[in-house]
Amino acid sequence: MVSFWHTILALVWKDVLLEIRTKDIMISILSFAILSLLILNFALKPSPKTASVIAPGILWVAFTFAGVLGLARTFALEKDQGNLVGLMLAPVSGEALYLGKMLANLMFMLIAELALLPIFAVLFNMSPFQPAFLLVVFVATVGFAAVGTLFSAIGVNTRSRDIMLPVLFLPLVVPVIISAVVASSIALDRGPWVDMVKWIQLMLVFDILAVVLSALAFDQVLRE
Amino acid sequence: MNTEDRGGSYAISIRALSKTFGSEMAIRKLDLTVSWGDFLVIFGPNGAGKTTLIKILSTITSPTNGEVSIAGFDLKSDSSLIRRNIGVVSHQSQLYQDLSAIENLRFHGKMFSVPGLENRIMEVADIVGIKSILDHKTSVLSHGMQKRVSIARAILHDPPIMLLDEPETSLDQEALSVLKNAINQSERGQRTVLMVTHSLERGWALGDRIAILARGNIVYENNTASLDQSTVIEIYNDLVGRS
Repeated sequence: MVSFWHTILALVWKDVLLEIRTKDIMISILSFAILSLLILNFALKPSPKTASVIAPGILWVAFTFAGVLGLARTFALEKDQGNLVGLMLAPVSGEALYLGKMLANLMFMLIAELALLPIFAVLFNMSPFQPAFLLVVFVATVGFAAVGTLFSAIGVNTRSRDIMLPVLFLPLVVPVIISAVVASSIALDRGPWVDMVKWIQLMLVFDILAVVLSALAFDQVLRE
Repeated sequence: MNTEDRGGSYAISIRALSKTFGSEMAIRKLDLTVSWGDFLVIFGPNGAGKTTLIKILSTITSPTNGEVSIAGFDLKSDSSLIRRNIGVVSHQSQLYQDLSAIENLRFHGKMFSVPGLENRIMEVADIVGIKSILDHKTSVLSHGMQKRVSIARAILHDPPIMLLDEPETSLDQEALSVLKNAINQSERGQRTVLMVTHSLERGWALGDRIAILARGNIVYENNTASLDQSTVIEIYNDLVGRS
């Protein structure tokens, strides 16, 4: 069990070191998300009244598509120089490999999302730094990273990997995105907690299923 | 590892191994055994199934049919134990270009839970001659140096069995002797090596047993002591041409 967690920590630390050196994932997520927020803000010109209606949707569109870009990079980096084969040669379980990669992806996505929130706050005149909204962001991002890590691994071994990831992945995370948009809207409006709970519960169920099933399938997905 | 500690009577035992990709048959009912301590070199032209064979033995690819046992462990049920007993060097470096040599080795050592990791890294760095470049970023190293780091990575967990997939690519004569030296220096005795290559000259210099793989099957096998290189070239051209 100790070795299991050591493996996960080693994988996460390796990805953190690589990201500090290359900044590949953060740059791709942040640049796309900032551009999306800016363009949609100028195109829709939200008034104080309409902002609370359209802003959560805009935010999650930016998070989703920028997240896909970041997820595509994680295994593309592993594919270079046969590093993915190097990982598969290690005597560790598929579950440990999956959790290591998934936790690193989750961490990068959460950091990028936190960095985007001040820009979102300025552009849409909203206050996103409140516990209920941050909880929604966290729970939705876990589901996103859980499924995304698996499909990023599936996509990396296919010829058209840049297309495969969004085509396979986006339909599957629709329940999370819809739940996140509705729950975010309630949280940003400081609506009643009971209205938000059912959406958070839905996302939590999705997260648990996504993590367990992806971890179990990961070894089969990696090995031909 | 003493001979009696080693699992199985053979280091590698392959029976009726087949691998198909769609309608394409890459390996056809291949039978092969490699005894403990042997250095077997398998020659074959492009598309003969060399890399597929190494991928199956290293648990990266599943076979379609057949039985494979490595270090006494079954390929299907004990793949993790097999990975602990093999070291793989391929034509790709399997190194993260943005990490330094020592960071790559540390990561690999942690994945294999190598005891006394820092000391072991220094030990293998000494064997392959990379002590002076351990802190250098991998991407700035020459191909030859990257290959040495790659060899260090493969022997870091001191595996009794080595699988080499055309490792001579980008290796000069000096690096080739480093490879041979690294393969022979194990605390667990003489390593068993299975190497695939299309280079008759380089493979001949390393192995003590040769085999020829053509269209997914072993068509010739012999000890190098009973042959000379020109005879092997003749046999190779004859068999590969005919197959």
